[in-house]
Amino acid sequence: MSSPSIEAVNLSKRYGSFSALSNLNLKIEGSKCVGFLGPNGAGKTTTLKLFTDMIRASEGEALINGISVHENKKKALASVGSLIESPEIYPALTPREALSMVAEIRGMPRSERKRKIEEVVSEVKMEEWLDKKVGKFSKGMKQRINISAALLSEPEILLLDEPSTGLDPRGMSEVREIVKSLKQKNRLIFMSSHLLNEVSDICDEVAMIDHGKLLVYDKLSNVVSRFSGAEGGAIIIDVGLSREIDDQTVSRTISSLPGVVSAEKLEGKNLRLHFSGGIENQEKLLSDLVMMKIGLISFHPSSSALEDTYLNLIKATL
Amino acid sequence: MSKPSLKSVAPIGLPSLPTSIAQVGTITKYELLNYFRSRRFFVLLIIGIVISAIFTAVVGYYGIAYLNLTSALVFYSFWWGNSITLVVILSGIFFGGDAISGEFQNKTGYFLVGNPLRRSSIYIGKWIAALTASLIIFAIYAAIAVGNGIYYFGANIPYQFGDSLVFSVLYLIAVLGFTFFFSSLFKSSSMSILVTAILFLFAFSLIELIVSRLAQIEPWFIITYGAGIIGNVLMDPYPLTQSTRGPGGREVSTFAVSIPQGIEILVGYFVITAVIGLLLFERKEFT
Ligand SMILES: Nc1ncnc2c1ncn2[C@@H]1O[C@H](COP(=O)(O)OP(=O)(O)O)[C@@H](O)[C@H]1O
Ligand SMILES: [Mg+2]
Repeated sequence: MSSPSIEAVNLSKRYGSFSALSNLNLKIEGSKCVGFLGPNGAGKTTTLKLFTDMIRASEGEALINGISVHENKKKALASVGSLIESPEIYPALTPREALSMVAEIRGMPRSERKRKIEEVVSEVKMEEWLDKKVGKFSKGMKQRINISAALLSEPEILLLDEPSTGLDPRGMSEVREIVKSLKQKNRLIFMSSHLLNEVSDICDEVAMIDHGKLLVYDKLSNVVSRFSGAEGGAIIIDVGLSREIDDQTVSRTISSLPGVVSAEKLEGKNLRLHFSGGIENQEKLLSDLVMMKIGLISFHPSSSALEDTYLNLIKATL
Repeated sequence: MSKPSLKSVAPIGLPSLPTSIAQVGTITKYELLNYFRSRRFFVLLIIGIVISAIFTAVVGYYGIAYLNLTSALVFYSFWWGNSITLVVILSGIFFGGDAISGEFQNKTGYFLVGNPLRRSSIYIGKWIAALTASLIIFAIYAAIAVGNGIYYFGANIPYQFGDSLVFSVLYLIAVLGFTFFFSSLFKSSSMSILVTAILFLFAFSLIELIVSRLAQIEPWFIITYGAGIIGNVLMDPYPLTQSTRGPGGREVSTFAVSIPQGIEILVGYFVITAVIGLLLFERKEFT
């Protein structure tokens, strides 16, 4: 059994003369979470719709496990769960009924349906609403049911288009937890988002898109080192300590470690370092700090490096 | 030793999906469930019952003698022949008018379309559900008519009524085929319902009238002309196309559709609109 894969080959979509997606070539293979990051209007939804045959490509092909989605949608999507653009459920049906329909369409054995439906609905914390009509649900509640529908058949590939849209902050973090827990179950997750921290929090890899063009696809850490450290931009590293540290050590010793541009003490027992020097030096910095025996308990390169990268890349395509 | 058959071994990890026919059945089932929960089905059911009640009251109040309902055939012609096409058209508007456009406007189609099933399965499943829901109302309507018929004329129902019943179902099939096709041209529910209603309640009859009376051409391309067999078969004798000399010596024809011709028109409408409707839905973009 080969690992799950999704692949775009010269995939393009035009609306009239407007190019919503141009010439996307992207192959994602194996169990991992890939964030599809881009600002509003970048072409994320367009791409995901091409992967589910909701729209037709102007050129190129979308393949899932090597099967053309457009040529053989049923087979290509057999092991895909998707959530694209907050669909609506027939208002007269209950979540249990709507999910039963999905379970039947996907050929889930009758004996498993009830248990699986109850399982996914409690995963999205909607068990109280399982037998209430969807018509009265709020946007966020419907979105939770949509998420449960995508998870229902335990698909090996998940295509999620901004899954936390319409949810309150608690709901958003719950969705992130769900996606994170899926990572443990060996899935290929392709999740679009315009929120950088969402992607950096959940995903292993990131594909950045803007104006319908893929800017970069790589491991998160590589993207950061390639585009920020290497170009001399400093990143912020937050360091947590278990005990107080004296000013001397900070201003003299730590400030002069390789790559450290500046070091400052924060509230509590935290330090903030401005660092420039790429991923190898970052590794060295960490081991230096450990060897100093200053009570290092956390080392967190903040997402601002990625954020800078993101903003720089987006700016570059304007 | 027998070789393991390749076909029966599903690739590991790939779930075995139901056949497309089974998926059509699933769509039909939940679509029907949705109908029975929705107001639309009951509104149409009540309309059917109200029309039946009016006929029952009129016949009961005036009596068959006063209404000149001299035989069972005349009775069914008066009742069924005058009203079933309206019931069929209302079914088409209620269940087909926005069948496809509604899936886009309300975004309910988005819930299904990302699943591993053919688009045609969605279309056909919905169509069968619409037909089933219509047939339930149709059956109740027919039962009330037959009940009255038996009450006044006894249990020997004229065979022509059986024919008319079959033609009515054929008309229903054609109308639903047409309305499904038509609704896949639109992305707005109310628009497609409105246009379908105007077409079937006025436009087709008007065109039929203009074409046949003024242009003196047999309107074989109009669905409502084909549906004429529903009423015609209840007439004795069966009406024929007639030509008379009008004022000024001009020949004037009154067209009457024959049974084979009517069946051809209805089947033709169904086949053509079903094929185009399916193709349109296959190509439609969920933008
Ligand atoms: N049906 C459509 N007709 C015309 N333009 C469209 C259509 N759908 C999307 N677009 C345009 O394509 C671009 C990409 O849209 P989309 O993929 O939805 O972006 P996002 O990354 O926010 O999901 C946007 O500029 C959008 O306006
Ligand atoms: Mg989008």
